[in-house]
Amino acid sequence: MPRVTFTANLQRHLDVPSLEVEGARVGEVLAGVFAQKPLLRSYIVDDQGRLRRHVNVFVNSQMIADRDGLSDAVRPDDEVFVFQALSGG
Amino acid sequence: MGGFLMAATRKGLFDVDCDGAAQPRCIGFLGDPVSAVLQNGHDGALYAALNLGHFGVKLHRSDDFGQTWTELPAPAFPVGIAADKEGEKAPSVSLIWTLAGGGPEQPKRLWAGTIPGALFRSDDRGETWHLVESLWNQPSRTEWFGGGYDDPGIHSINVDDNGRIVIGISCGGVWISEDDGASWTLGGKGLAATYMPPDRQDDPTIQDPHRLAVCQDAPDTVWCQHHCGIFRSDDGGRSFVEIKQAGPSTFGFAVAVHPKDPKTAWFVPAVKDECRVPVEGRFVVTRTRDGGKTFDSLSAGLPQEDAYDLVYRHALTVGADGKHLAMGSTTGAVWFSKDGAQSWRMLTAHLPPVAQVCFADAP
Repeated sequence: MPRVTFTANLQRHLDVPSLEVEGARVGEVLAGVFAQKPLLRSYIVDDQGRLRRHVNVFVNSQMIADRDGLSDAVRPDDEVFVFQALSGG
Repeated sequence: MGGFLMAATRKGLFDVDCDGAAQPRCIGFLGDPVSAVLQNGHDGALYAALNLGHFGVKLHRSDDFGQTWTELPAPAFPVGIAADKEGEKAPSVSLIWTLAGGGPEQPKRLWAGTIPGALFRSDDRGETWHLVESLWNQPSRTEWFGGGYDDPGIHSINVDDNGRIVIGISCGGVWISEDDGASWTLGGKGLAATYMPPDRQDDPTIQDPHRLAVCQDAPDTVWCQHHCGIFRSDDGGRSFVEIKQAGPSTFGFAVAVHPKDPKTAWFVPAVKDECRVPVEGRFVVTRTRDGGKTFDSLSAGLPQEDAYDLVYRHALTVGADGKHLAMGSTTGAVWFSKDGAQSWRMLTAHLPPVAQVCFADAP
């Protein structure tokens, strides 16, 4: 199963250890994560399920292309990384 | 007075000691922007809305006066809701701008005003939220626009003891519901928007009330600090008259009204919209006690030279007795008054920028 790992910055807000979930698309994988961690959903995607503007998702070393539909393919041995963009002050 | 003062800031929620004996104490969310805070008068529960930026808006509740917090689902637009215009994206809440409790018979009711300009309702202490579609579906909503933000937003929700709801929208005017939000009437006749072309300046649909304050014991009186001046309504927000003279300036963001005396209201003026600092560096609170005929400029205890403090729309508050007031500024100072703003005491000068101050009852 794909393994999903989250930025350490999220740990300030929620307990989100790495998880292994089923799914052949990024959206399916994240849906599997949200099923286990319902509050996490709104941290990663907006009200309409689109990736938040300052959140980045990589499949292995490749940033995903479909930020709205989350349709990028994921293979069983892939690792999905959820990062945040750098900003602030 | 009993209780404590909460300051919602750019980097956390603080308990500010009104006696000045202790330094402000962070009671939650250190490092995170707190956009709104509420104590529900029915059960004492505290609510804090966050804007985490990267990770969106969040809502938390405390049932032990800030010792512990529980995250709740934040208000959100229904999945699949239509975009306003073809080619635009469907809406998503970008800020919880204000929170309000319900009427006397609604102990579990909460209202949330957001950017984009939507009203959300909860009937279970924030566990679930529903978009108030009766307002969202107003045809004139497409005329609203953002004032200082990309999108319009609801910043004022006043629920009086008779159940009337009066809300303020920047920039979407004043809206009134007499039936618990089932239907809405556009008020705001008499407001004037000089930032619009001449033939639209009196259009109630596009007014920019910075803040609305309703007198608790005389709810037909509604004070408005508008982008273009100070206005007062004596008919529950349906129509307003302009107050043209009010101390050094009629520009500002905040207004508070005495809970028992509708003729007494307080404002914190700045130069004007394109120069948002105190007039001549002298920081004052203006107060009327005669419905706006005359104003006092109150400066005792406030900096009178080289002051650049600006008080945002939610950062001036008055206690239930009408004597205790508090305000916080964008430069991180908080002041407290025990005498109706006649004199002030600085409680701290070192908080992050203050979005809101709020008196809360202690356990």
